Order: sequence, then structure tokens, then C-alpha cells
Amino acid sequence: MRALLVSLLLLAGCAKGDAKTVTILNVSFDPTRELYEELNAAFSREYAAKTGVTVTVNQSHGGSGKQARAVIDGLEADVVTLALAYDIDAIASKSKALKADWSQRLPRGSVPFSSTIVFVVRKGNPKGIADWEDLAKPGVQVITPNPKTSGGARYNYLAAYGSAQRKAGGDEGPAKALVKGIYTNVPVLDTGARGSTTTFVERGIGDVLVTWESDALLVLAGRQGAELELVVPSVSILAEMPVAVLDGNVEKHGTRAVAEAYVQFLYSEAARGIAVKHGFRPTGDGVVLPERFVKVETFGVDAQFGGWAKAQAAHFDDKAQFDQLAVKP
Amino acid sequence: MRERAATREPVWVRRALIAAALAFLALFLFVPVIAVFASAFAEGPLKWLSAVTDRESLSAITLTLLTALIAVPLNLVFGVAAAWLIAKFRFPGRSVLLTLVDLPFSISPVIAGLMFVMLLGKNGPFGGLLEAHHLQIIFAPPGIVIATVFVTFPFVAREVLPLMQSQGNDQEEAALTLGASGWQTFFKVTLPRVKWALLYGVVLCNARAMGEFGAVSVVSGHIRGLTNTLPLHVEILYNEYQFTGAFAVASLLTFLALVTLGVKKVVEWRAAAT
Amino acid sequence: MRNDGAVARRETVAIAQKSSLSPFLRRRRVLPGFGLSLAITGLALTVVVLLPLTGLFVKTFSLSGAELWEKVSDARALAAYRLSFGAALGAALVNAVFGLLVAWVLVRYRFPGRALIDALVDLPFALPTAVAGLTLTALYAKNGPLGRVLEPLGVQVAFTALGVAVALTFVGLPFVVRTVQPVLEELDPSLEEAAATLGASRLTTFRRVVFPAIFPALLTGFTLAFARALGEYGSIVFISGNLPGKTEIVPLLIVTRLEQYDYAGATALAVVMLATSFVLLFVVNVLQRKMLVQRA
Repeated sequence: MRALLVSLLLLAGCAKGDAKTVTILNVSFDPTRELYEELNAAFSREYAAKTGVTVTVNQSHGGSGKQARAVIDGLEADVVTLALAYDIDAIASKSKALKADWSQRLPRGSVPFSSTIVFVVRKGNPKGIADWEDLAKPGVQVITPNPKTSGGARYNYLAAYGSAQRKAGGDEGPAKALVKGIYTNVPVLDTGARGSTTTFVERGIGDVLVTWESDALLVLAGRQGAELELVVPSVSILAEMPVAVLDGNVEKHGTRAVAEAYVQFLYSEAARGIAVKHGFRPTGDGVVLPERFVKVETFGVDAQFGGWAKAQAAHFDDKAQFDQLAVKP
Repeated sequence: MRERAATREPVWVRRALIAAALAFLALFLFVPVIAVFASAFAEGPLKWLSAVTDRESLSAITLTLLTALIAVPLNLVFGVAAAWLIAKFRFPGRSVLLTLVDLPFSISPVIAGLMFVMLLGKNGPFGGLLEAHHLQIIFAPPGIVIATVFVTFPFVAREVLPLMQSQGNDQEEAALTLGASGWQTFFKVTLPRVKWALLYGVVLCNARAMGEFGAVSVVSGHIRGLTNTLPLHVEILYNEYQFTGAFAVASLLTFLALVTLGVKKVVEWRAAAT
Repeated sequence: MRNDGAVARRETVAIAQKSSLSPFLRRRRVLPGFGLSLAITGLALTVVVLLPLTGLFVKTFSLSGAELWEKVSDARALAAYRLSFGAALGAALVNAVFGLLVAWVLVRYRFPGRALIDALVDLPFALPTAVAGLTLTALYAKNGPLGRVLEPLGVQVAFTALGVAVALTFVGLPFVVRTVQPVLEELDPSLEEAAATLGASRLTTFRRVVFPAIFPALLTGFTLAFARALGEYGSIVFISGNLPGKTEIVPLLIVTRLEQYDYAGATALAVVMLATSFVLLFVVNVLQRKMLVQRA
């Protein structure tokens, strides 16, 4: 059995240690599947042209929190590109592979791309959904994933909460009432953003889907697009999707140069173009977004909630705000 | 013939029972299977073919087969040993042992995966040791194999055990007193008598090994083209809104399951014939 | 040669009868391989089952007693137990009734397609549960072929507790059939004939003769189906609405806690589920042995 394991390990190891080709692993979250497929191909072409080294970027996708946990438990990522800074903070605090100052290593808080949260409704918007308050109205079914298991769902929740808080001049009372009303209206709480989209689009459940702008654009351009409509709320959240090179792992694999080049590439003009194509918003100045992107005023997690650590503790930890409003035994 | 009639139900009762059984199976078994194939071929056979011969599908097929190829023989050896131990001997703690053998049936696959992550992962008690020797088990193929071994642990033992028990020890004892060695007795006397049950157990074990999702999902790491098994690949395609592709790969798995069951049926016929 | 063997055997039996106080010692002396099979089984069980389980328990006991109690008994956990145990019980009962029926029909009656159906019964063992979940959801959702019929009748299956029970029925389907079937096949027909000759109606014969004979197997099948259903995850996440306190099963709650890096809270729930399964299987193994001994 031992011999068998060793031979298997060798088999698995062979994929990595070749000199002319370098393999790195990018551990990412759900809605970026199509984005990184194209980015990886573009990066490999560019890097081969520059250095003559062939790079293969392997991809792993899943819920942002689940992916962070996998990295903590030993998934050998060279680069992580997750939905929210909290998950990369968790990697920094719970494993030795990353230092706590990771967000200062790359431009703009190590955030190359951002997105926001919008609504998708049925054709003709029969329930007249226009803004966050409408989601809490009786008789409206809202599809959003579980904030405990999905990074996107945390943005959904915080977007609703923050919008009400801002309207009330900082008072949290209306915000609490709003999220309580919204989650009372949720008939299916999927574990990930993609699951929610499938529930709404394919299964025909619910009146409004709260989701990533990129995923909304994807389904509107898809097979069922003609049956759906985009609704933009008056205000939404700025979803910043950070990236980091895992020092511990790249040292071990000897892939630092490639991994650093890879994250730098994410800020390049080429990468920004690809991001726009897939419905993501490159950060920084000089981005001209095409017509299909929504125009919406956004607030950031740091500005509205004092950072992810605070938001997590106040809203998503065990027995925190979300648990209090969602549990009705 | 008379007596037979007395132990048979009236025709209408028989028909009603058959109809009820078929209706139940149709609702819970046949309709779902048909639905898998209907969705898989929704966009025609060419689309199906391209979905299952895609590079990542092929690597998932390879990994799935490799996993089964390692996990099944391991469980075969274990299952025969456990069945021999429990069927042939009486000793204290036998019921506990039997229950432990059964336990993987009822442990949530997610928990099973979690146990191995906690044990062999970076932060587990063996994490440091494994890392020092550059052994990657969790989030690599070995972890998938271990999780699969766990999930399919009871199958062979559970199939062979009842037969060994019901056959008793007489023939083995006779062989031994006639001077046969222990191994001779096992290979010449015991094994031929349980071979069909053994094969049946192997077939079921194999089927489950190829289809396991929950436990493997926890220990896989989901690296495309490297640590995705077929069931995980189905989920990936599904999450990419490639529903036809997802069901195409699912139909492949269903097909593998059906082939397995076909093999099982042949095994049964051969067993009945001998 | 033959005679020698017979003599030797008679002697063995005589020795065995003398030392009837310790029957297991007798067996050990006669058949070889106790040590080897114990070593292999012990090693495999230790490495594959016991060691990981110990890790799980150790993690759980990093909590204090009060914390542990709180983790396993809060309102959300209780609601999840209710759903998990309730749906698993419902599914196992449905499987007990219909599994018995299917086994009966397959053993006693001949009809076209019987062999095919017999082969297909094992399919839920072999089909990945995720595939089952996806398919059942697609079928029972309100725009699916079955949901379209059921929904107007007021029966909502997908994303409800009923859907959970349906998926659990699917995954547990083969257990009862496969445990009852062989016993039915080997049931001595003369018993039923005797009952019939004595004037018992068919139903009475079934109740008094057939049912007691297959009951131990039925119980085993029921328990296996129940235990299997308790742990099921892959198919349920698709078909359940996953709402905390409503349609959230225990394995999902475990996963949810993991996402919060609450390993201890997650493993505490896992231990509760495990202990339940272990006790259940143990009781049934013991019960079944008792019943078999009684019948013999």
C-alpha cells in the first residue's frame, strides 16, 4: 500500500518539475471560470513570447470560502484570486504561506478587477422590482445564495444592508428590517452564486435574482436571455476581488517569477480588455466600460462597514446578524 | 400443482402488486435515468461526443478509472480478510468489529472527506511529516484514492460475509484434517465457494468507487485536468451553465453504472448455473 | 484416507464438546488464519476508519462541555436534526414498504422485463449522488416534467422537505430489496403450503409465516437505508431549498460551519450523527443475530 502510494505521488509529482514548462495553480472562485480560462491562455502566450518559457496555469474553482479553506489545509496554490479580502486574510492568518500585508504588495490594494451586484427579473418585470426595498415586499420571491457559504452572497447581503443604512443616515434599524424581510422572501438558499442562477434561470423559481453583474450579463446573453431583464438598484456595493501570490508555496515550487508575472499581467491592458469582455470591471483610471455595463453608484466594504473583519464579525459569524434573522425554528 | 395454487395469490392481486412495484420503480428509478440520457442527447450525439471526449473529460475519466483500479483491489483483500475473520471465528468484540466495518456506509461522505483533510492535511497531525517528505496526499490523487477506499470499504466484506457464515466451517475443517495447508484450504475450498459473492462485491465496490462525489469533492482541490473525477467534472460543467455537457458526462457515468450492473447480472447467472 | 479424515473430525468434535465453555477457542484451534485475518482487518480498520475517527473526536473535544452542548443543541441544529432524521425515517419507511413489495414481485412473479428490472434496482448504488440530485431537481422543479403535473395539484417537491425525502428514497432504494430478496428466495415453500393446507388464508399465511421469516432482513435493510440517508449530502444540496431552520440538513449545516472555519462546531455535529449511526447499526447487528439464533 505504501509503495503504491509512493508511486502515485511520483505520478502526481511528474506534472510539476519539468524545466522548460512551468505549471502554476490559480485557486479562484465560482464566477471567474470563463474569465480566467481566457486570461490564462493570454498570459501563457505573452510569457512564452517574452521568456521562451511555457507556462501552464491550472485552475481550481469553487465557493470563495471553501477555496480559502482548501488552501489553508494544503491545496498548493501559487496564486489565489478570490471574491473578497476576508478569505485571503484568512489564508494569511491561518497558514504560513502568506504575510498579513499581502494587500499592499500590488496596486490598488491588490485588486485588479471589481464588480457589483445587480438584479435579474422575469421579462416585463411583473413584480415591479426597482430597488432593494422591493425585495422585502410580501409576495416577492428572492433568489440569493447563502452568505455563510458564498462570497457573492455576502456582497448581496451587505449591498442590501448598506443601501438601507445609507438611506437612513447610518441608522441600522431599517437595514436590519430590510435584510430580515429579504431573507424571509428567499425560497431556495443555494450554496453558491452559480447554483442560485441555475435555480432562477433553469428551474424558473423566484421573481428576482440578486447576483454578480458579470453573471447577470452572462445569463442575459445566454439561451434564456430573452425571458429575462436586468434591473439596476439605486445604489449597490463595490465588490473588490483581490489577488495574492502565496510566498510559502511559490518558494517551495520555485515558481515565484512566473507567479509574480502572472499577477502583474492581471493589471495589463490586455488583461483589462479580457476582464471587460467577461463582464468584470478593471480597477484604476481610464477604463471605458461598454454600454451593457450598468451605471450605478457604489459603496465599498471598507467605507461602509469598516473592513471585512468587522463586517464578518457583525454579520456572518456564528450567532451574528445573519443567523439571528434567518433562523426561525 | 394444486398445492402451488394454494400458495399463490389470485391473478388480480398479483397484477396489482406488480403494477404497484413497477409504478414505484418507474417514479424513483426509471424516470430519472431516462431523464439523464434525454438531457445528455438534447443537442444531438455530436455534442455528446465532443463533451465526453473533451481534454478535461478524458483526464477525469482516467483519474476515475485509476482510482477504482487502486481502491477496489485494496478493498478486495480487506473484505476477504474481514469476512474470514468474522465468519469463521467467535471472539469478544466481534459485533463491534462488524459494526465498524459497516460504519463507512452511514458516515456522511462530507464528514469522511473532512476527516482525511484534518488527519492528512497541512494542519493535521501528519501534515508536518508529509510536507517534510514532499508528500502531497490531500488535494492530490492519493487523497482521492484514500477517500474512495473509505467510502467503498464495506462492500466486499458485506457481500462475502453472509455466504461464508451460512456455509459453515465443515468443509474447511475437513480439508485441514486431510492435511491441506491453510492457504490451500482457502484457495481450493473456501474461495471457489464464495467466488460469485466476491465478484458481486467487487462489482458493487467498483460502481461506488467510480461514482463517489461527496467525500472526493472535499479532498480533491478541484484542479481542472488534474484532480477532477467524473462526478466532480459533472458539477463543474453544471456550474459553467454547460447543462448538456454536464448531463453528457453524467450519462457516461450512468452508462458505466449500467455496464457494471450488467456484469453483475451475468455473474449472478453464472453463479446460479454452478 | 477418507476414514481417517472422518475419524479426525469426530475427534475434533469430541474435543470441542468437552471444551464447550469457550467455543471461540475451539474454532481458533481448528481453522488457521485468525491471526492474519485479524491483522489485515485490524490494520485496515485502524488506518481507514479508526484513526480518522479519532481525529474527528479529538477535534470535537477541543471544546468545553458547555460549548459542545451549545453547538449540538442550538435551535438551528435541532431543526436540522428534525429534517435529517425525519426525512431519512420517512424515506426508509417508504423503502421498507415498497422495497418489500419489489422484492416480493421479483422473487415470486414472472413477468416481461423482470430480469432487467432486477438488474436496475442497484442503480442508486452506482449512480453518483450528485447526478441523482441534479436529475431529480430537474424533474420535480415546477418547470420539470413531473413538477409541472404535481405543482398545480398543490404538491411542491423540489426545494422542500418532501424533495429531500424523495432524494433519500432514491439513494436508499436498493437496501431493502437486496436484503429481503435472498431470504425470500430461500424461504421453504413447504411452510406456506402447510399453512394453506391448514386453512390459513393467503394474507394470514403471509402475516404469520412469511413475514416473521423475512423480518430480520427487512429490519437490516431498513436500518441500512436509514443510516445511508442520514449521511447523504451530494443529492440533497441540489434538491433542497437549504433554508436554515426549514430545509437545511445536518450535513449541510456541517459544511456551513466549516466555511466559517468553525471546525470544532462542524465536527461536534459530525460526532452526533456518527454516534447515532453507530448505535443504530450496532443494535441492529445484535438484534439480527439474536433473531437468527432464535429461529435456528
